[in-house]
Amino acid sequence: MKKDTSLCYHFFKPSLGDPKMKISGQEVEHVALLARLKFSQAEKERFTTQLNSILEYMDKLKELDTSQVEPTFHAVTRKNVFREDQVLPSSPQDLTLSNAPDGDRGFFRVPKIIE
Amino acid sequence: MEYEPVIGLEVHAQLLTRSKIFCGCSTLFGAEANTHTCPVCTGLPGSLPVLNQKVVEFTVRAALATRCKIAPYSQFARKNYFYPDLPKGYQISQYELPLSTDGYVEVQVDSQKKKIGLIRIHMEEDAGKLLHDLSSERGASSYVDFNRTGVPLIEIVSAPDIRSPEEAAAYLRKLRAILMFLDICDGNMEEGSFRCDANISLRPKGQKAFGVKTELKNMNSFRNVQKALDYEVRRQTALLDQGDRVIQETRLWDAARGVTASMRGKEEAHDYRYFPDPDLVPLVIDPQWVEKIRAGLPELPDQKKGRFIRDYGIPEYDAEILTSSKALANYYEECLRTYNQPKIVSNWIMSELLRELKRDEREIEECPVPAGNLAEMLKMIEEGVISGKIAKSVFEEMYRTGNRAQEIVKEKGLVQVSDTSTIEKAIDQVLAANPGEVEAYRKGKDKVFGFFVGQVMKATQGKANPALVNELLKKKL
Amino acid sequence: MNLYEMTAHRLHDLLARKEITSRELTESVLKRVEEVEGRIHAYITLTPDMALEQAVAADLRIQKGEAEPLTGIPLAVKDVICTRGVRTTCGSHILENFIPPYDATVTEKLKAAGAVFIGKTNMDEFAMGSSTENSFYGPSRNPWDLDRIPGGSSGGSAAAVAADECIVSLGSDTGGSIRQPAACCGVVGMKPTYGRVSRYGLVAFASSLDQIGPFSKDVRDTALLLNAISGHEPRDSTSVDLPVPDYTRALGGDVRGMVLGVPQETFGKGIDPEVAGSVREAIEVLIKLGAKIVDVSLPHSDYALAVYYIIAPCEASSNLARYDGVKYGFRAGGGEDLLDMYQETRWQGFGAEVKRRIMLGTYALSAGYYDAYYLKASRVRTLIRKDFEEAFRRCDALILPTAPTPAFRLGEKVDDPLQMYLSDIFTIPCNLAGLPGLSLPCGFTGEGLPIGLQILGNFFQEEKILRVAWAFEQNTEHHLRKPIL
Repeated sequence: MKKDTSLCYHFFKPSLGDPKMKISGQEVEHVALLARLKFSQAEKERFTTQLNSILEYMDKLKELDTSQVEPTFHAVTRKNVFREDQVLPSSPQDLTLSNAPDGDRGFFRVPKIIE
Repeated sequence: MEYEPVIGLEVHAQLLTRSKIFCGCSTLFGAEANTHTCPVCTGLPGSLPVLNQKVVEFTVRAALATRCKIAPYSQFARKNYFYPDLPKGYQISQYELPLSTDGYVEVQVDSQKKKIGLIRIHMEEDAGKLLHDLSSERGASSYVDFNRTGVPLIEIVSAPDIRSPEEAAAYLRKLRAILMFLDICDGNMEEGSFRCDANISLRPKGQKAFGVKTELKNMNSFRNVQKALDYEVRRQTALLDQGDRVIQETRLWDAARGVTASMRGKEEAHDYRYFPDPDLVPLVIDPQWVEKIRAGLPELPDQKKGRFIRDYGIPEYDAEILTSSKALANYYEECLRTYNQPKIVSNWIMSELLRELKRDEREIEECPVPAGNLAEMLKMIEEGVISGKIAKSVFEEMYRTGNRAQEIVKEKGLVQVSDTSTIEKAIDQVLAANPGEVEAYRKGKDKVFGFFVGQVMKATQGKANPALVNELLKKKL
Repeated sequence: MNLYEMTAHRLHDLLARKEITSRELTESVLKRVEEVEGRIHAYITLTPDMALEQAVAADLRIQKGEAEPLTGIPLAVKDVICTRGVRTTCGSHILENFIPPYDATVTEKLKAAGAVFIGKTNMDEFAMGSSTENSFYGPSRNPWDLDRIPGGSSGGSAAAVAADECIVSLGSDTGGSIRQPAACCGVVGMKPTYGRVSRYGLVAFASSLDQIGPFSKDVRDTALLLNAISGHEPRDSTSVDLPVPDYTRALGGDVRGMVLGVPQETFGKGIDPEVAGSVREAIEVLIKLGAKIVDVSLPHSDYALAVYYIIAPCEASSNLARYDGVKYGFRAGGGEDLLDMYQETRWQGFGAEVKRRIMLGTYALSAGYYDAYYLKASRVRTLIRKDFEEAFRRCDALILPTAPTPAFRLGEKVDDPLQMYLSDIFTIPCNLAGLPGLSLPCGFTGEGLPIGLQILGNFFQEEKILRVAWAFEQNTEHHLRKPIL
């Protein structure tokens, strides 16, 4: 179990309908919310099936004993890459906003956030 | 049933580097919106982070000052969630391999010393700023300014060792002082460079297991932290006494109404999906570099306190207060340069000066009485120019106007009267006017002496030198 | 021979000798584009005006005698690489109108070298795919057979070179996205060692796997491009600080005495018999040229696909979170609140494969699954890397097919993601290890479809790869064949 010292909630896996299924439709919905995606019912069903077959395939990895193996998170062996604490020119405001879907008086405008 | 609060605090402190943690944009506060930004801190496609070495150095300083262990191997991680002030859709932070762990901060509450454990100190980037405009003609909108994204932060997580709101405030003050002493943070809670969230639960006294905790946010001053925790203790106590359960949730402190309000229902369960950031290579901290940093550390609060006790001979209580902030300690020592009477200066600062500041809710940095002026005034007392009592009102005037003691004394004619003949005249007048009391005194009623002193002081508008009054009065009676 | 059919090194000679101008050359290429682009659809955005301006500037430089190998040479850049002021879409709807305010490092370098930019090439959306069918802008087609895919995700860049719509091009390779299209299109494609080429300005798909690399008509051009784009980058923390050799010096030698390893796991995996046959013939050629062939084993090859299809989507799910409609790109209108805006924007903005991988990655990183998926896959990744370390103790380079089949038909694998993923089984392992790899043509099927031979090297051993590739190329004629358009 991951140690969790931050103030976040834990996601508890809801019970699966079909024990052979790796991911249920309900979980797909939850994951979609986490990823800020949405699906039509048909898409959701298709995704659920596809994701399940992909995840089945991933079970292959269980065949390997990796308890003594360090993980590789980087393809390079470099350590300690730094830059100096130097101020460099920033982009001008208009350039920063040049691709903004809704730029307003120097800000990026977004619809209201439900607080 | 008696309950004991169990409190843990999470502090985010902005570091005083010139440039941001992963890019060269300036960290200066107050610039026009979106003018301190670049492809990296606005999360443009294809941009990449590069770590500012100063951030690591400052974090090591903080770790050393709090006796933390510095990890030989450390890594950045991505904390993934969606919010408009988070341009990449993730915050670069540290998770499984923070830079430092297992330290402590010593606090003193009611002359009880205690060690509050620190679980970890790690580096991360700040998010942007959101301004809300509910009345916009465009419909309720929010406006995002990315100037602040990428400003370096350290997150300091305490152990749940805190047992009261007072302790919590003391811990925060001490921690803030340490960071300011280290010159790595300016401790400005109003501008958001020092922020605090709290976790609090209650458990029956004597029980080992923790109760259900709530998280408190939106407390923007030490006072508010204490008030919010006080409120929460009361709220949870009431629930538990009724046999209800405390719900694990996040609550926001509402300073105007003096209550915490639940965010439940408005916040989804967060799953941050932490994983090591593939764009940032690991840190292997060289112990020699750490020693170099250690050697260059400025004097820390506890060291300074020890030195004050030793070199100035003041009591621990005084030293503790005077070293509670670097600015106050500097103020004290500056006074001593002009007027080298440690105990006297200390008394004045702790009683008169801090009282005035506290009433105005000001910090020492905003004190209208420069250290030199206070020292001058204290010299005047020593020299007998003004009496101690008069000095108090002189000081109030100095605080109010910022003027020097000389000017005020001159203007108000408050110079102490030490001229023997003047005082004798006043005494004669008083004694002549109160024959009955004189009689009473001579018969043995000692208390009347005080009455005579008071009358003499009144007759001289309080300016008579009290010691002389006493001496001469005694002679005459 | 038309100018557009030539190689960069040949053209450089002609330019340096003032026998042609860059302007003429560029016009020749642009005309070619006009002729065939309608059928190939290699490009998303063409930049003819900019190209001609650059050509004129290049001619001035050449006049002054300041020509570099790529000065005045028309090239194309995969639309996943940022080009300042020029739309960069990543093959996606969500960046349809995104105009980067900055150049990627490789763009800067090529501009500094005086290259001429013809346009931005088509690709699978956000580099996720093996056929370029996942592009929002429609698929590209294989110049050798217009009903077939050009490979992916850098299908546009590969097709453009194969169809002579540019002289050389750049692509990106995360799981084979340069090498596999190179094989499909009968051109040379190379993925350098991870960290050799700066990723600054490369729109990230899977950060620990992505690398930019060249497509060209022959090995010498590959070396020239590699020279131009390699080097340490202070803005990329994963960029390696090693000097860049002159890769053209690796050419002109032979393979006598070189030991080449053939992974024994290769020839069992559902490999097309013509591909197998062609690769075996190639091995024979190398033996005749004096190389020694040894059998090596990469015992964890079987697991590479699973490892890749966990790690890449996990990193991608995080890298693509920035596409939220707030700061740039497409934003869906009509939403009531922020959550609506996010969901509508991303639902409409991303295609199916991208959504699938985001879902997969999000799931695999989520609470309770991190250990079983991402962490587990990262450990197996170490085993795969160790396999290569072992193998390279016994040989200078590895030889194997690039892809298990030649280019398949458009639409053939679109509905079966797993089948599509299997196209990458030979290319994925080296991305996981961070090693360099190259594909060059080694034959054709009976139907005239190109077959690719893959050469893998140890870390920063691009020179050995180029040496083998050049020797093979110079002693065969596959690289001289051109599709009939």
